[in-house]
Amino acid sequence: MAADDARIDEPTGRAGPIARFHAFRRDKPHIFVLLTMMLAALAMMEPRIWVVLTISGLAMGAMVFLMASGMTLTFGLMNVLNLAHGAFISLGAFAGASVLLWLSTQANQPSLWTNLIAILPAFCFALLVAGLLGLVFERLIIRPVYGDHLKQILVTVGGSIIIMELIQVVWGPNELPVPRPDALKGAVFLPEWLPVAGGIALEKYRLIAVVLGLAIYGLLSWIIERTRVGILIRAGVESREMVEIQGYRIRLLFLGVFIAGSALAGLGGTLWAMYREIITAHMGDELMISVIVVIILGGLGSIKGCFYGSVLVGLINLYVGYLEPRLAAVATVALMVAVLMWRPQGLIPVIKL
Amino acid sequence: MSEALLSLTRVCADIDQYHILHGVDLAVPKGELTMLLGRNGAGKSTTLRTIMGLTTVTGGDIRFQGQPITGQSTPRIVRRGIAFVPENMGIFSLLTVRENMVLAAIGGTMDPARLEWIVDLFPPLKRFWDKPAGNLSGGQKQMLAIARAIIEPRELLLIDEPTKGLAPAIIDDLADAFEQLKRQQVTILLVEQNFNFSRRLGQSAAVMNDGRVVWSGSMTELAQDDNLQHQLLGLGMGEHQ
Repeated sequence: MAADDARIDEPTGRAGPIARFHAFRRDKPHIFVLLTMMLAALAMMEPRIWVVLTISGLAMGAMVFLMASGMTLTFGLMNVLNLAHGAFISLGAFAGASVLLWLSTQANQPSLWTNLIAILPAFCFALLVAGLLGLVFERLIIRPVYGDHLKQILVTVGGSIIIMELIQVVWGPNELPVPRPDALKGAVFLPEWLPVAGGIALEKYRLIAVVLGLAIYGLLSWIIERTRVGILIRAGVESREMVEIQGYRIRLLFLGVFIAGSALAGLGGTLWAMYREIITAHMGDELMISVIVVIILGGLGSIKGCFYGSVLVGLINLYVGYLEPRLAAVATVALMVAVLMWRPQGLIPVIKL
Repeated sequence: MSEALLSLTRVCADIDQYHILHGVDLAVPKGELTMLLGRNGAGKSTTLRTIMGLTTVTGGDIRFQGQPITGQSTPRIVRRGIAFVPENMGIFSLLTVRENMVLAAIGGTMDPARLEWIVDLFPPLKRFWDKPAGNLSGGQKQMLAIARAIIEPRELLLIDEPTKGLAPAIIDDLADAFEQLKRQQVTILLVEQNFNFSRRLGQSAAVMNDGRVVWSGSMTELAQDDNLQHQLLGLGMGEHQ
Protein backbone atom coordinates (compact mmCIF):
# COMPACT_ATOMS: atom_id res chain seq x y z
CA MET A 1 0.00 0.00 0.00
CA ALA A 2 1.33 3.39 -0.94
CA ALA A 3 0.07 5.34 2.03
CA ASP A 4 3.15 6.72 3.70
CA ASP A 5 2.36 10.28 4.52
CA ALA A 6 3.06 10.37 8.26
CA ARG A 7 4.48 13.53 9.66
CA ILE A 8 6.48 12.47 12.67
CA ASP A 9 9.05 15.03 13.65
CA GLU A 10 12.59 13.78 13.55
CA PRO A 11 15.39 15.87 15.08
CA THR A 12 17.64 17.25 12.40
CA GLY A 13 21.16 18.60 12.79
CA ARG A 14 23.01 19.49 16.00
CA ALA A 15 21.55 21.93 18.48
CA GLY A 16 23.65 24.44 20.42
CA PRO A 17 23.66 24.60 24.22
CA ILE A 18 21.06 27.40 24.34
CA ALA A 19 18.74 25.52 21.98
CA ARG A 20 19.27 22.37 24.04
CA PHE A 21 18.40 24.30 27.22
CA HIS A 22 15.20 25.62 25.64
CA ALA A 23 14.32 22.15 24.41
CA PHE A 24 14.92 20.75 27.92
CA ARG A 25 12.74 23.48 29.46
CA ARG A 26 9.99 22.73 26.94
CA ASP A 27 10.14 18.93 27.05
CA LYS A 28 10.84 18.38 30.75
CA PRO A 29 9.19 21.35 32.48
CA HIS A 30 8.72 19.36 35.72
CA ILE A 31 12.44 18.54 35.98
CA PHE A 32 13.35 22.12 35.02
CA VAL A 33 11.17 23.66 37.76
CA LEU A 34 12.32 21.10 40.33
CA LEU A 35 16.02 21.63 39.61
CA THR A 36 15.63 25.42 39.51
CA MET A 37 13.92 25.42 42.89
CA MET A 38 16.43 23.07 44.50
CA LEU A 39 19.45 24.97 43.17
CA ALA A 40 17.97 28.33 44.19
CA ALA A 41 17.37 27.02 47.70
CA LEU A 42 20.89 25.57 47.86
CA ALA A 43 22.29 28.98 46.98
CA MET A 44 20.40 30.56 49.87
CA MET A 45 21.27 28.20 52.74
CA GLU A 46 23.92 25.94 54.22
CA PRO A 47 24.25 22.64 52.33
CA ARG A 48 23.64 20.54 55.46
CA ILE A 49 20.37 22.34 56.16
CA TRP A 50 19.45 22.05 52.51
CA VAL A 51 19.83 18.24 52.66
CA VAL A 52 17.57 17.98 55.71
CA LEU A 53 14.94 20.30 54.24
CA THR A 54 15.02 18.53 50.89
CA ILE A 55 14.42 15.12 52.42
CA SER A 56 11.67 16.52 54.65
CA GLY A 57 10.11 18.24 51.64
CA LEU A 58 10.21 14.99 49.67
CA ALA A 59 8.48 13.22 52.57
CA MET A 60 5.75 15.84 52.71
CA GLY A 61 5.44 15.67 48.94
CA ALA A 62 5.07 11.88 49.08
CA MET A 63 2.20 12.14 51.54
CA VAL A 64 0.49 14.92 49.58
CA PHE A 65 0.91 12.80 46.43
CA LEU A 66 -1.02 9.92 47.98
CA MET A 67 -3.84 12.28 48.88
CA ALA A 68 -3.85 14.13 45.55
CA SER A 69 -3.39 11.21 43.12
CA GLY A 70 -6.96 10.03 43.58
CA MET A 71 -8.36 13.47 42.96
CA THR A 72 -6.32 14.05 39.81
CA LEU A 73 -7.65 10.78 38.41
CA THR A 74 -11.28 11.52 39.25
CA PHE A 75 -10.93 15.03 37.89
CA GLY A 76 -8.93 13.95 34.86
CA LEU A 77 -10.92 10.90 33.84
CA MET A 78 -14.38 11.65 35.12
CA ASN A 79 -14.31 15.44 34.98
CA VAL A 80 -15.70 15.34 38.50
CA LEU A 81 -14.77 18.08 40.95
CA ASN A 82 -15.00 16.22 44.22
CA LEU A 83 -14.50 18.81 46.95
CA ALA A 84 -15.30 16.12 49.51
CA HIS A 85 -11.91 14.53 48.82
CA GLY A 86 -10.61 16.17 52.01
CA ALA A 87 -13.30 14.38 54.01
CA PHE A 88 -12.03 11.05 52.63
CA ILE A 89 -8.57 12.02 53.88
CA SER A 90 -9.98 12.77 57.34
CA LEU A 91 -11.99 9.57 57.44
CA GLY A 92 -8.96 7.52 56.38
CA ALA A 93 -6.92 9.17 59.11
CA PHE A 94 -9.50 8.37 61.79
CA ALA A 95 -10.01 4.83 60.52
CA GLY A 96 -6.26 4.14 60.49
CA ALA A 97 -5.76 5.84 63.87
CA SER A 98 -8.52 3.72 65.42
CA VAL A 99 -6.73 0.52 64.40
CA LEU A 100 -3.41 1.87 65.70
CA LEU A 101 -5.05 2.73 69.03
CA TRP A 102 -6.75 -0.66 69.19
CA LEU A 103 -3.46 -2.42 68.48
CA SER A 104 -1.42 -0.02 70.63
CA THR A 105 0.31 -2.90 72.43
CA GLN A 106 1.85 -4.01 69.14
CA ALA A 107 2.46 -0.40 68.05
CA ASN A 108 4.40 0.36 71.23
CA GLN A 109 6.96 -2.42 70.84
CA PRO A 110 10.46 -1.45 69.67
CA SER A 111 10.47 -4.17 66.98
CA LEU A 112 9.48 -3.04 63.47
CA TRP A 113 7.97 -6.46 62.72
CA THR A 114 5.70 -6.24 65.76
CA ASN A 115 4.79 -2.67 64.77
CA LEU A 116 3.82 -3.90 61.32
CA ILE A 117 1.10 -6.02 62.97
CA ALA A 118 -0.54 -2.68 63.82
CA ILE A 119 0.55 -0.59 60.83
CA LEU A 120 -0.53 -2.90 58.00
CA PRO A 121 -4.08 -3.44 59.35
CA ALA A 122 -4.30 0.34 59.91
CA PHE A 123 -3.41 1.00 56.27
CA CYS A 124 -5.76 -1.73 55.03
CA PHE A 125 -8.65 -0.50 57.18
CA ALA A 126 -8.13 3.10 56.01
CA LEU A 127 -8.09 1.93 52.38
CA LEU A 128 -11.21 -0.17 52.94
CA VAL A 129 -13.26 2.44 54.81
CA ALA A 130 -12.37 5.30 52.44
CA GLY A 131 -12.91 3.03 49.40
CA LEU A 132 -16.32 1.91 50.65
CA LEU A 133 -17.30 5.49 51.32
CA GLY A 134 -16.14 6.28 47.77
CA LEU A 135 -18.46 3.56 46.43
CA VAL A 136 -21.47 4.94 48.31
CA PHE A 137 -20.55 8.54 47.51
CA GLU A 138 -20.24 7.90 43.76
CA ARG A 139 -23.56 6.06 43.61
CA LEU A 140 -25.58 8.45 45.74
CA ILE A 141 -24.01 11.87 45.30
CA ILE A 142 -21.79 12.02 42.21
CA ARG A 143 -23.79 9.92 39.72
CA PRO A 144 -26.75 12.33 39.42
CA VAL A 145 -24.47 15.31 38.73
CA TYR A 146 -22.03 14.00 36.11
CA GLY A 147 -21.21 16.73 33.61
CA ASP A 148 -22.33 19.66 35.78
CA HIS A 149 -19.46 21.28 37.69
CA LEU A 150 -21.60 23.75 39.61
CA LYS A 151 -23.84 21.02 41.00
CA GLN A 152 -20.77 18.87 41.71
CA ILE A 153 -19.27 21.65 43.81
CA LEU A 154 -22.50 22.15 45.73
CA VAL A 155 -23.26 18.49 46.44
CA THR A 156 -19.68 17.47 47.23
CA VAL A 157 -19.22 20.38 49.64
CA GLY A 158 -22.51 19.29 51.26
CA GLY A 159 -21.32 15.68 51.34
CA SER A 160 -18.02 16.79 52.86
CA ILE A 161 -19.79 18.60 55.70
CA ILE A 162 -21.90 15.53 56.42
CA ILE A 163 -18.88 13.19 56.48
CA MET A 164 -16.93 15.50 58.79
CA GLU A 165 -19.92 15.83 61.14
CA LEU A 166 -20.30 12.05 61.14
CA ILE A 167 -16.61 11.72 62.06
CA GLN A 168 -17.28 13.97 65.05
CA VAL A 169 -20.34 11.89 65.96
CA VAL A 170 -18.31 8.65 65.92
CA TRP A 171 -14.95 9.84 67.30
CA GLY A 172 -16.06 12.90 69.28
CA PRO A 173 -15.44 16.60 68.64
CA ASN A 174 -11.95 16.75 70.12
CA GLU A 175 -8.54 16.25 68.56
CA LEU A 176 -7.44 12.63 68.53
CA PRO A 177 -3.83 11.84 69.48
CA VAL A 178 -2.36 9.15 67.20
CA PRO A 179 0.44 6.96 68.53
CA ARG A 180 3.29 6.71 66.04
CA PRO A 181 4.61 3.13 66.23
CA ASP A 182 7.85 2.91 68.19
CA ALA A 183 10.02 1.66 65.34
CA LEU A 184 9.04 4.70 63.26
CA LYS A 185 10.09 7.16 65.95
CA GLY A 186 13.51 8.72 66.17
CA ALA A 187 16.11 9.38 63.54
CA VAL A 188 18.81 7.71 61.52
CA PHE A 189 22.23 9.31 61.09
CA LEU A 190 23.94 9.55 57.73
CA PRO A 191 27.49 8.09 57.81
CA GLU A 192 30.18 10.55 58.91
CA TRP A 193 32.32 9.91 55.80
CA LEU A 194 29.66 11.37 53.49
CA PRO A 195 30.74 14.76 52.13
CA VAL A 196 28.48 17.68 53.19
CA ALA A 197 25.70 15.49 54.58
CA GLY A 198 27.87 13.35 56.92
CA GLY A 199 26.36 12.86 60.38
CA ILE A 200 23.03 14.50 59.55
CA ALA A 201 20.04 13.13 61.50
CA LEU A 202 17.04 12.26 59.35
CA GLU A 203 13.68 11.44 60.88
CA LYS A 204 12.89 7.77 60.19
CA TYR A 205 9.25 8.40 59.48
CA ARG A 206 10.02 10.90 56.73
CA LEU A 207 12.31 8.43 55.02
CA ILE A 208 9.61 5.77 55.18
CA ALA A 209 7.07 8.25 53.76
CA VAL A 210 9.42 8.95 50.83
CA VAL A 211 9.88 5.22 50.15
CA LEU A 212 6.13 4.53 50.40
CA GLY A 213 5.29 7.53 48.19
CA LEU A 214 7.78 6.39 45.56
CA ALA A 215 6.43 2.83 45.73
CA ILE A 216 2.82 3.98 45.24
CA TYR A 217 3.92 6.33 42.44
CA GLY A 218 5.73 3.42 40.76
CA LEU A 219 2.71 1.15 41.17
CA LEU A 220 0.25 3.74 39.83
CA SER A 221 2.55 4.60 36.92
CA TRP A 222 2.87 0.92 36.08
CA ILE A 223 -0.92 0.46 36.18
CA ILE A 224 -1.55 3.56 34.07
CA GLU A 225 1.21 2.94 31.53
CA ARG A 226 1.42 -0.81 31.27
CA THR A 227 -1.90 -2.46 32.07
CA ARG A 228 -5.11 -2.73 30.09
CA VAL A 229 -7.02 -0.89 32.84
CA GLY A 230 -4.46 1.91 32.62
CA ILE A 231 -4.87 2.14 28.85
CA LEU A 232 -8.63 2.32 29.39
CA ILE A 233 -8.24 5.09 31.96
CA ARG A 234 -6.04 7.12 29.58
CA ALA A 235 -8.48 6.48 26.75
CA GLY A 236 -11.36 7.59 28.99
CA VAL A 237 -9.58 10.87 29.69
CA GLU A 238 -9.55 11.52 25.92
CA SER A 239 -13.03 10.38 24.93
CA ARG A 240 -15.62 8.68 27.06
CA GLU A 241 -17.91 8.00 24.12
CA MET A 242 -15.17 6.21 22.19
CA VAL A 243 -14.43 4.00 25.19
CA GLU A 244 -18.08 2.91 25.09
CA ILE A 245 -17.87 2.41 21.32
CA GLN A 246 -14.97 0.03 21.95
CA GLY A 247 -17.33 -2.02 24.12
CA TYR A 248 -16.39 -0.94 27.65
CA ARG A 249 -18.77 0.35 30.30
CA ILE A 250 -17.33 3.72 31.20
CA ARG A 251 -19.57 4.02 34.28
CA LEU A 252 -17.98 0.92 35.75
CA LEU A 253 -14.54 2.33 35.02
CA PHE A 254 -15.57 5.64 36.64
CA LEU A 255 -16.76 3.78 39.72
CA GLY A 256 -13.52 1.79 39.98
CA VAL A 257 -11.38 4.90 39.62
CA PHE A 258 -13.47 6.78 42.17
CA ILE A 259 -13.16 3.95 44.70
CA ALA A 260 -9.39 3.69 44.10
CA GLY A 261 -8.98 7.48 44.39
CA SER A 262 -10.96 7.56 47.64
CA ALA A 263 -8.99 4.63 49.06
CA LEU A 264 -5.69 6.38 48.25
CA ALA A 265 -6.96 9.51 50.02
CA GLY A 266 -7.68 7.33 53.05
CA LEU A 267 -4.19 5.84 52.96
CA GLY A 268 -2.68 9.32 52.64
CA GLY A 269 -4.79 10.40 55.63
CA THR A 270 -3.40 7.60 57.80
CA LEU A 271 0.18 8.42 56.79
CA TRP A 272 -0.46 12.07 57.61
CA ALA A 273 -2.04 11.11 60.94
CA MET A 274 1.09 9.18 61.98
CA TYR A 275 3.23 12.07 60.81
CA ARG A 276 1.38 14.80 62.74
CA GLU A 277 0.45 12.48 65.64
CA ILE A 278 -2.73 14.44 66.21
CA ILE A 279 -5.80 14.63 63.98
CA THR A 280 -9.08 16.52 63.71
CA ALA A 281 -12.17 15.97 61.58
CA HIS A 282 -11.28 19.07 59.56
CA MET A 283 -7.67 18.09 58.80
CA GLY A 284 -8.74 17.07 55.27
CA ASP A 285 -10.08 20.55 54.55
CA GLU A 286 -6.74 22.07 55.52
CA LEU A 287 -4.90 19.65 53.23
CA MET A 288 -7.28 20.25 50.32
CA ILE A 289 -5.53 23.53 49.47
CA SER A 290 -2.27 21.67 48.87
CA VAL A 291 -4.12 18.91 47.01
CA ILE A 292 -5.88 21.34 44.67
CA VAL A 293 -2.65 23.28 44.06
CA VAL A 294 -0.88 20.01 43.25
CA ILE A 295 -3.40 18.78 40.69
CA ILE A 296 -3.59 22.15 38.94
CA LEU A 297 0.18 22.63 39.05
CA GLY A 298 0.95 19.11 37.82
CA GLY A 299 -1.65 19.14 35.05
CA LEU A 300 -5.11 17.63 35.33
CA GLY A 301 -5.37 13.86 35.02
CA SER A 302 -1.63 13.22 35.09
CA ILE A 303 -0.18 10.90 37.75
CA LYS A 304 3.34 11.99 36.82
CA GLY A 305 2.34 15.66 37.01
CA CYS A 306 0.67 15.00 40.34
CA PHE A 307 3.85 13.39 41.71
CA TYR A 308 6.13 16.23 40.63
CA GLY A 309 3.55 18.82 41.72
CA SER A 310 3.44 17.22 45.19
CA VAL A 311 7.23 17.17 45.47
CA LEU A 312 7.39 20.84 44.43
CA VAL A 313 4.73 21.81 46.97
CA GLY A 314 6.49 19.82 49.71
CA LEU A 315 9.88 21.35 48.92
CA ILE A 316 8.70 24.95 48.63
CA ASN A 317 6.86 24.65 51.93
CA LEU A 318 10.00 23.54 53.72
CA TYR A 319 12.47 25.86 51.94
CA VAL A 320 10.36 29.01 52.38
CA GLY A 321 9.33 27.94 55.87
CA TYR A 322 13.03 27.96 56.80
CA LEU A 323 14.06 31.09 54.87
CA GLU A 324 11.07 33.32 55.66
CA PRO A 325 8.43 31.57 57.82
CA ARG A 326 5.90 34.38 57.35
CA LEU A 327 5.78 33.65 53.60
CA ALA A 328 5.38 29.88 53.94
CA ALA A 329 1.61 30.04 53.66
CA VAL A 330 1.60 31.97 50.39
CA ALA A 331 4.60 30.20 48.83
CA THR A 332 2.54 27.21 47.59
CA VAL A 333 -0.04 29.37 45.87
CA ALA A 334 2.67 31.69 44.50
CA LEU A 335 4.42 28.66 42.97
CA MET A 336 1.17 27.60 41.31
CA VAL A 337 0.56 31.10 39.95
CA ALA A 338 4.12 31.31 38.59
CA VAL A 339 3.90 27.92 36.87
CA LEU A 340 0.45 28.63 35.42
CA MET A 341 1.63 31.97 34.00
CA TRP A 342 4.33 30.03 32.17
CA ARG A 343 2.30 26.90 31.36
CA PRO A 344 -1.45 27.48 31.74
CA GLN A 345 -2.16 23.74 31.31
CA GLY A 346 0.10 22.78 34.22
CA LEU A 347 3.43 20.97 34.03
CA ILE A 348 2.39 17.67 32.44
CA PRO A 349 -1.25 18.00 31.36
CA VAL A 350 -3.19 15.01 30.11
CA ILE A 351 -6.33 16.95 29.35
CA LYS A 352 -6.26 20.01 27.16
CA LEU A 353 -8.65 22.57 28.60
CA MET B 1 -31.11 -10.45 -1.63
CA SER B 2 -29.98 -12.52 1.38
CA GLU B 3 -31.60 -12.31 4.80
CA ALA B 4 -31.23 -9.06 6.77
CA LEU B 5 -28.61 -9.12 9.52
CA LEU B 6 -29.75 -5.72 10.74
CA SER B 7 -33.15 -4.16 10.24
CA LEU B 8 -34.58 -0.81 11.20
CA THR B 9 -38.34 -0.33 11.17
CA ARG B 10 -39.84 3.18 11.35
CA VAL B 11 -36.99 4.34 13.61
CA CYS B 12 -37.28 7.89 14.94
CA ALA B 13 -34.46 9.53 16.89
CA ASP B 14 -33.67 12.85 18.53
CA ILE B 15 -30.45 14.68 19.26
CA ASP B 16 -31.13 17.07 22.12
CA GLN B 17 -34.40 18.83 21.19
CA TYR B 18 -34.06 18.18 17.45
CA HIS B 19 -35.97 15.42 15.65
CA ILE B 20 -33.43 13.99 13.20
CA LEU B 21 -34.78 10.63 12.08
CA HIS B 22 -38.46 10.49 11.05
CA GLY B 23 -39.14 6.80 10.53
CA VAL B 24 -36.13 5.09 8.99
CA ASP B 25 -36.75 1.71 7.32
CA LEU B 26 -33.56 -0.09 6.40
CA ALA B 27 -32.42 -3.67 5.95
CA VAL B 28 -28.74 -4.62 5.82
CA PRO B 29 -28.30 -7.98 4.04
CA LYS B 30 -25.94 -10.51 5.64
CA GLY B 31 -22.57 -10.83 3.95
CA GLU B 32 -22.97 -7.76 1.74
CA LEU B 33 -21.57 -4.26 1.66
CA THR B 34 -24.46 -1.81 1.83
CA MET B 35 -23.91 1.85 1.02
CA LEU B 36 -25.97 4.42 2.89
CA LEU B 37 -26.03 7.51 0.70
CA GLY B 38 -27.62 10.92 0.79
CA ARG B 39 -26.98 14.62 0.85
CA ASN B 40 -25.45 16.44 3.82
CA GLY B 41 -27.84 16.54 6.75
CA ALA B 42 -29.99 13.66 5.45
CA GLY B 43 -29.52 11.70 8.70
CA LYS B 44 -26.96 9.07 7.60
CA SER B 45 -24.52 9.54 10.49
CA THR B 46 -27.39 9.80 12.96
CA THR B 47 -28.73 6.49 11.66
CA LEU B 48 -25.41 4.79 12.44
CA ARG B 49 -25.21 6.46 15.85
CA THR B 50 -28.80 5.42 16.57
CA ILE B 51 -28.01 1.78 15.75
CA MET B 52 -25.10 2.05 18.23
CA GLY B 53 -27.34 3.42 20.98
CA LEU B 54 -25.73 6.86 20.93
CA THR B 55 -28.91 8.89 20.33
CA THR B 56 -32.33 8.94 21.95
CA VAL B 57 -34.66 6.60 20.07
CA THR B 58 -38.21 7.94 20.24
CA GLY B 59 -39.92 5.28 18.14
CA GLY B 60 -39.53 2.23 15.94
CA ASP B 61 -37.59 -0.99 16.25
CA ILE B 62 -33.96 -1.94 15.59
CA ARG B 63 -33.21 -5.67 15.28
CA PHE B 64 -29.84 -7.35 14.98
CA GLN B 65 -29.80 -11.07 14.10
CA GLY B 66 -33.54 -10.97 14.74
CA GLN B 67 -33.14 -9.73 18.32
CA PRO B 68 -34.28 -6.26 19.40
CA ILE B 69 -31.39 -3.92 20.34
CA THR B 70 -33.38 -0.69 20.56
CA GLY B 71 -32.43 1.34 23.62
CA GLN B 72 -29.63 -0.99 24.70
CA SER B 73 -26.37 0.49 25.96
CA THR B 74 -23.56 1.02 23.45
CA PRO B 75 -21.12 -1.46 25.09
CA ARG B 76 -23.84 -4.15 25.04
CA ILE B 77 -24.51 -3.53 21.35
CA VAL B 78 -20.77 -3.70 20.61
CA ARG B 79 -20.45 -6.99 22.47
CA ARG B 80 -23.25 -8.43 20.33
CA GLY B 81 -20.81 -8.13 17.42
CA ILE B 82 -21.24 -4.69 15.90
CA ALA B 83 -18.20 -2.45 15.39
CA PHE B 84 -18.54 1.25 14.65
CA VAL B 85 -16.06 3.65 13.05
CA PRO B 86 -17.41 7.17 13.56
CA GLU B 87 -16.94 10.03 11.13
CA ASN B 88 -14.19 11.60 13.26
CA MET B 89 -12.53 8.15 13.50
CA GLY B 90 -12.40 8.37 17.30
CA ILE B 91 -8.70 7.58 17.51
CA PHE B 92 -7.19 7.88 20.99
CA SER B 93 -4.44 10.23 19.93
CA LEU B 94 -2.46 10.07 23.19
CA LEU B 95 -2.32 6.27 23.06
CA THR B 96 0.07 4.45 20.78
CA VAL B 97 -1.16 2.56 17.73
CA ARG B 98 -0.58 -0.67 19.67
CA GLU B 99 -2.60 0.55 22.66
CA ASN B 100 -5.46 1.59 20.39
CA MET B 101 -5.48 -1.94 18.98
CA VAL B 102 -5.20 -3.56 22.41
CA LEU B 103 -8.33 -1.76 23.58
CA ALA B 104 -10.21 -2.72 20.45
CA ALA B 105 -9.60 -6.41 21.16
CA ILE B 106 -12.34 -6.67 23.77
CA GLY B 107 -11.72 -10.39 24.14
CA GLY B 108 -8.45 -9.49 25.87
CA THR B 109 -5.82 -10.67 23.40
CA MET B 110 -5.13 -10.02 19.73
CA ASP B 111 -5.07 -13.09 17.50
CA PRO B 112 -1.55 -13.00 15.94
CA ALA B 113 -2.70 -14.36 12.57
CA ARG B 114 -5.49 -11.82 12.35
CA LEU B 115 -3.13 -9.03 13.40
CA GLU B 116 -0.70 -10.07 10.68
CA TRP B 117 -3.49 -9.96 8.13
CA ILE B 118 -4.45 -6.45 9.32
CA VAL B 119 -0.91 -5.06 9.16
CA ASP B 120 -0.59 -6.55 5.67
CA LEU B 121 -3.78 -4.71 4.82
CA PHE B 122 -2.54 -1.47 6.39
CA PRO B 123 1.32 -1.53 6.45
CA PRO B 124 1.79 1.96 7.99
CA LEU B 125 0.32 0.65 11.25
CA LYS B 126 3.29 -1.65 11.71
CA ARG B 127 5.77 1.14 11.06
CA PHE B 128 4.20 3.43 13.68
CA TRP B 129 3.17 0.63 16.05
CA ASP B 130 4.69 2.19 19.18
CA LYS B 131 4.17 5.84 18.20
CA PRO B 132 1.33 8.01 19.51
CA ALA B 133 -1.66 7.63 17.18
CA GLY B 134 -2.05 11.42 17.22
CA ASN B 135 1.09 11.64 15.06
CA LEU B 136 -0.47 9.64 12.22
CA SER B 137 -1.71 11.33 9.07
CA GLY B 138 -5.44 11.46 8.28
CA GLY B 139 -5.26 8.40 6.03
CA GLN B 140 -3.30 6.39 8.56
CA LYS B 141 -5.75 7.33 11.29
CA GLN B 142 -8.57 6.03 9.12
CA MET B 143 -6.62 2.79 8.60
CA LEU B 144 -6.18 2.47 12.36
CA ALA B 145 -9.88 3.16 12.92
CA ILE B 146 -10.85 0.38 10.50
CA ALA B 147 -8.14 -1.92 11.85
CA ARG B 148 -9.61 -1.52 15.33
CA ALA B 149 -13.03 -2.43 14.02
CA ILE B 150 -11.78 -5.69 12.47
CA ILE B 151 -9.17 -6.81 15.00
CA GLU B 152 -11.76 -9.29 16.18
CA PRO B 153 -14.25 -11.04 13.90
CA ARG B 154 -17.42 -8.94 14.01
CA GLU B 155 -20.83 -9.69 12.61
CA LEU B 156 -21.36 -6.17 11.29
CA LEU B 157 -19.19 -3.12 10.63
CA LEU B 158 -20.73 0.36 10.60
CA ILE B 159 -18.36 2.85 8.99
CA ASP B 160 -19.07 6.54 8.63
CA GLU B 161 -17.49 8.39 5.68
CA PRO B 162 -14.09 6.69 5.61
CA THR B 163 -12.90 8.71 2.59
CA LYS B 164 -13.67 12.13 4.03
CA GLY B 165 -10.76 14.51 3.54
CA LEU B 166 -8.39 11.84 2.20
CA ALA B 167 -6.11 12.04 -0.84
CA PRO B 168 -7.16 9.94 -3.89
CA ALA B 169 -4.22 7.52 -3.49
CA ILE B 170 -5.25 6.76 0.09
CA ILE B 171 -8.88 6.34 -0.97
CA ASP B 172 -7.73 3.70 -3.47
CA ASP B 173 -5.85 1.91 -0.70
CA LEU B 174 -8.94 1.95 1.50
CA ALA B 175 -11.07 0.67 -1.38
CA ASP B 176 -8.63 -2.25 -1.82
CA ALA B 177 -8.95 -3.04 1.87
CA PHE B 178 -12.76 -3.00 1.66
CA GLU B 179 -12.59 -5.28 -1.39
CA GLN B 180 -10.70 -7.79 0.76
CA LEU B 181 -13.29 -7.53 3.52
CA LYS B 182 -16.03 -8.02 0.92
CA ARG B 183 -14.36 -11.19 -0.33
CA GLN B 184 -14.49 -12.50 3.23
CA GLN B 185 -18.24 -11.77 3.22
CA VAL B 186 -18.05 -9.39 6.17
CA THR B 187 -21.33 -7.50 6.49
CA ILE B 188 -20.72 -3.76 6.22
CA LEU B 189 -22.96 -0.71 6.32
CA LEU B 190 -20.97 2.19 4.94
CA VAL B 191 -22.02 5.83 4.92
CA GLU B 192 -20.40 7.64 2.02
CA GLN B 193 -20.55 10.88 0.04
CA ASN B 194 -18.00 9.80 -2.58
CA PHE B 195 -20.12 8.24 -5.32
CA ASN B 196 -17.21 6.73 -7.25
CA PHE B 197 -16.07 4.93 -4.11
CA SER B 198 -19.64 3.80 -3.42
CA ARG B 199 -20.16 2.57 -6.96
CA ARG B 200 -16.94 0.57 -6.85
CA LEU B 201 -17.67 -1.18 -3.57
CA GLY B 202 -21.40 -1.22 -2.90
CA GLN B 203 -23.54 -4.29 -3.46
CA SER B 204 -26.77 -2.87 -2.11
CA ALA B 205 -27.61 0.76 -1.39
CA ALA B 206 -30.08 2.93 0.46
CA VAL B 207 -30.53 6.64 -0.06
CA MET B 208 -31.67 8.95 2.73
CA ASN B 209 -33.30 12.32 2.63
CA ASP B 210 -34.72 14.40 5.45
CA GLY B 211 -34.39 11.68 8.08
CA ARG B 212 -35.95 8.86 6.00
CA VAL B 213 -34.78 6.19 3.58
CA VAL B 214 -36.30 7.28 0.28
CA TRP B 215 -34.87 4.58 -1.97
CA SER B 216 -33.24 1.22 -1.55
CA GLY B 217 -32.11 -1.41 -4.01
CA SER B 218 -28.98 -2.74 -5.65
CA MET B 219 -25.95 -0.49 -6.13
CA THR B 220 -25.72 -1.57 -9.77
CA GLU B 221 -29.22 -0.29 -10.41
CA LEU B 222 -28.42 3.09 -8.85
CA ALA B 223 -25.04 3.34 -10.58
CA GLN B 224 -26.59 2.76 -14.02
CA ASP B 225 -29.45 5.21 -13.67
CA ASP B 226 -28.25 8.81 -14.08
CA ASN B 227 -31.74 10.21 -13.60
CA LEU B 228 -32.16 8.35 -10.32
CA GLN B 229 -28.81 9.65 -9.10
CA HIS B 230 -29.75 13.17 -10.07
CA GLN B 231 -33.12 12.87 -8.37
CA LEU B 232 -31.86 11.22 -5.17
CA LEU B 233 -28.40 12.59 -4.71
CA GLY B 234 -28.38 15.76 -6.76
CA LEU B 235 -25.55 14.45 -8.94
CA GLY B 236 -25.17 16.12 -12.32
CA MET B 237 -24.64 14.08 -15.48
CA GLY B 238 -21.03 12.95 -15.66
CA GLU B 239 -20.23 14.41 -12.22
CA HIS B 240 -19.10 11.05 -10.97
CA GLN B 241 -17.07 10.01 -13.96
